[in-house]
Amino acid sequence: MTRYLIRRLFTLALTLLVTSFIIFALTNLLPGDVARLVLGRDASDTAIENFEQRFGLDRPPLVQYAQWLGGFITADWGRSYTAGSPAVRSLVLGRLGNSMRLAGTTLLIVIPLSLLLGVLASLREGSWTDSIISVASLSVVGLPEFVTGIVLINVFALQLGWFPASTYISNNMPFGEWMRLLTLPALTASLAITGYVTRMTRASMLEELKKPYVRTATLKGIPYRRVIFAHALRNALLPTIAVIALSIGWLMGGLVVIENVFNFPGIGSLLVTAVTQKNLPVLQAISVLIVFFYAFANLISDLLFALLNPRIRLS
Amino acid sequence: MSEPVISAKDLSIDYRIGRDWMQAVRSVDLSINPLQIHGLVGESGSGKSTIALAMIRHLARNARISEGRILFGERDLRQLRQREIEDIWGNQITLVPQNTMDSLNPSLRISRQMTEVTRRHSSVSATEAYEHAADALRSVQIADPEQVLSRYPHQLSGGMMQRVMIAMALSTRPRLVVLDEPTTALDVTTQAVILDLLRDLIKEEQAAALYVSHDLGTVAQLCDYVTVLYAGEIMESAPVDELFSQPRHPYTIGLLSCLPSTAEEQESRLTTISGVAAALGARSSSCVFADRCPLATAQCRTSKPPLEDTGDHRNVRCWRWREIAAGTITPFEPTARNITSSAPRHSRVLQVREISKRFDDSRVLPSLVNRRTSGVQAVRDVSLAVDTRSTFGLVGESGSGKTSLARSLLALVEADTGSIELRGEPISLTLKRRDRATLQNLRTVFQNPDDSLNPYRTVGQTISRTLRKLSAEPLGAKAARERVKELLRAVGLTDDYYHRRPAFLSGGEKQRVAIARAFAPAPALVIADEPTSSLDVSVQAVILNLLKDLRAAEGASYVVISHDLEVVSYLSDHIAVMYLGEIVEQGANKDVIHFPSHPYTEALLSAAPTPDPAVRHRPIALSGEVPSPRNRPPGCPFQTRCPRKIGTVCETDAPPVRTNEDGHEIRCHYTFEELESMQSKGPPTPPQEKTEQRLQRAENK
Repeated sequence: MTRYLIRRLFTLALTLLVTSFIIFALTNLLPGDVARLVLGRDASDTAIENFEQRFGLDRPPLVQYAQWLGGFITADWGRSYTAGSPAVRSLVLGRLGNSMRLAGTTLLIVIPLSLLLGVLASLREGSWTDSIISVASLSVVGLPEFVTGIVLINVFALQLGWFPASTYISNNMPFGEWMRLLTLPALTASLAITGYVTRMTRASMLEELKKPYVRTATLKGIPYRRVIFAHALRNALLPTIAVIALSIGWLMGGLVVIENVFNFPGIGSLLVTAVTQKNLPVLQAISVLIVFFYAFANLISDLLFALLNPRIRLS
Repeated sequence: MSEPVISAKDLSIDYRIGRDWMQAVRSVDLSINPLQIHGLVGESGSGKSTIALAMIRHLARNARISEGRILFGERDLRQLRQREIEDIWGNQITLVPQNTMDSLNPSLRISRQMTEVTRRHSSVSATEAYEHAADALRSVQIADPEQVLSRYPHQLSGGMMQRVMIAMALSTRPRLVVLDEPTTALDVTTQAVILDLLRDLIKEEQAAALYVSHDLGTVAQLCDYVTVLYAGEIMESAPVDELFSQPRHPYTIGLLSCLPSTAEEQESRLTTISGVAAALGARSSSCVFADRCPLATAQCRTSKPPLEDTGDHRNVRCWRWREIAAGTITPFEPTARNITSSAPRHSRVLQVREISKRFDDSRVLPSLVNRRTSGVQAVRDVSLAVDTRSTFGLVGESGSGKTSLARSLLALVEADTGSIELRGEPISLTLKRRDRATLQNLRTVFQNPDDSLNPYRTVGQTISRTLRKLSAEPLGAKAARERVKELLRAVGLTDDYYHRRPAFLSGGEKQRVAIARAFAPAPALVIADEPTSSLDVSVQAVILNLLKDLRAAEGASYVVISHDLEVVSYLSDHIAVMYLGEIVEQGANKDVIHFPSHPYTEALLSAAPTPDPAVRHRPIALSGEVPSPRNRPPGCPFQTRCPRKIGTVCETDAPPVRTNEDGHEIRCHYTFEELESMQSKGPPTPPQEKTEQRLQRAENK
């Protein structure tokens, strides 16, 4: 198991290294002169030169990459191109905290809800309950999250006025206020993911319920509820965990859209701003973070998979 | 006579197919008396498992009991509420299922799964439940129960898991144990040990048992009373001795006489039951067996015979049972037409020298951390020769490497070392380097025709494709069609099968098509890997006869591979026995079967259950299980289980190959003479194997 863990951490590091290179290469391949793009067409040559010197853009690309990577590892993520040149790291990490709250809330909704719906649908296979859950989960999977977001804003913020339509985060906000802010965006993200996870749970539960060990457990005289939760669900969770991990990866990208719909100050909206401003250091930092979370979620899911599955854990 | 433990009265069970309910089991009456082991025999689709599980009120989701009562003591199980039946399940009624690997929860320790039963049905502490589980494991001869309890199912071998299931089923002192094909997935030598254990324990616990099986051999060895099912109805029931010695129903007689046996004369044909089993729900008011019965009269086709109680504890459902019992008519006469055997010529069609095949565990990503390579030596220095127009039989248990050997010969996997000669010409070990003539002359019949026939091609397309691809001269469409029809007739299928697709064929018919395809390019050698193991015994007999007929007609030779000693012995001129990738004994059929020399062959032969309750023999119990090929014991591969082990020499030195004047060959440290004199003194007593060793092996699996 330790060996497995070391190997997985090694692959994680390798993934990050490769993707960081790709991200750096791609952002530097953007057409046009970065300094001119940022400073505008009318900027003087001296201003351009100053800018390039200041951000190290006059050096060869590989040197730039090495410096950027070295800086990234040593917690110096460079400086933003925008006015005042704030440090990228504190800027991004501040926003990341907000996004993590949003993602966390989303998972708190998604995991219990989809497991419950999936198990329910599998136990009632072929019934009305099953059909309703299946149709509903398929339809929300199909809806783009800006549509569900706008519908939710319309109904719950504009019509009913229960939640704010847009997000203002102040320091030392009380927990209740946070919840009010997070509800609609988290719900939007949840709707998109719940469908997938529900269907996966249903499918793997159906598969497990057909296996002979469920019959063995039933014929031990154990109450049905225990057979379902202590025996079948435990094994059905294995494939479901992988899907949840994939959704976390998706969530980090999906936040870009959702945060913009709700004007939520997270890394998603920061990313969009960075793109429009050609703010490469911010763009690169956020991209690497998104890749990191994607890979990390997969690592966690594999470890959980191994933990729940003695066949892997003990080999 | 005492009250039965459980009895079903007029039990009918339906299955839902689409929107309709089809009757699968019709008016079954079944009683199991105290201390009785009641056998329920039938071929696939006879409803035997459905009945057994319905009797303990466990039904598939698409099944229902449409009629009948199930009395368990005073109570009708059908009337009980869920909570009440749960109190009985696992406590008074238990199940030992067929597929043990999947019948234990893969992610829970054995201790948890065993104590769960005890704690559900009695108020004991966790420690007491654990002790109880350990005792139960001791009773199934597991020497170190704590070790087993701490393991997960995948860390145990098949035989060990089945012991756990048996221990669990008997740990609550049940009144009824349902045994649903409990040894079907096990090797013969393991099966022998498990059956012994079951018989002793059931008697010891004073339980009654319902034993469901398709295998008449194990039924004869285990049961006291037998009920024979066909198409969801009881055909006959009788005490085991009477059923096997004086069967009264034509179906029972057919089933018993279509079994190949090692005593069978090589030249005789097996009796076959023509036709296919009646389809579900298609039961009219006639006798369900009438279509396949050679004695059927007009009466049999117009009215259904009742299940008649003939006194003497027997029942039979046949209009003509009195005539059969009196001996005035016989349904399945031994067929007069013998198989024309062509004497094997003394030329070699296949010569294999020192073939070895090792499978290494490949890693997709080369890793810096783990560079240790492990693997399986599947085939090890195998040499064999097949004479022209003869059959070479290869027997072995799972993990013996028999299939890997076949695949190496066919170049489906590439052997590492060794050489193969086909008709005197060396052929390549690599499939891509084999020429057309080699492919034409070396054909195969796979085990499972469901997987080996393309479902989208018609029978005609399948066979003519092989034919046209491999024929020496280009073959016109018309000539090909004629040849295919000829082949279909040779395997006993009519011309109209030409346009059918596999989905519309029965298992036996599919295997006939697969055989026709193998013979299409007129090969010199056909390799058949378990050609009948997915078929019912009545169909198996047809296929075995067909294989014999074709050998004579087409002048081909066979390599037949099977775990079933009877099948191999019925077909073969020469037999080789494999163990952990090596041939441990080979020789002429009669020499190997009647004078087995190697201790493994001796044990294997003694373990095969004879379908005759009069011959209740105690098999030679081999200690432990077949070691994983991953962890092959040093010296002689059989030394960990050998009941005639000499000592350290077996652990350190590979045994020499010994050949006697008849060409009989063994790999053993003993000579032929030494083995013969030991055998004449009686069966060996098994050495007590150390538990650590066995667990070590289980761990390494």
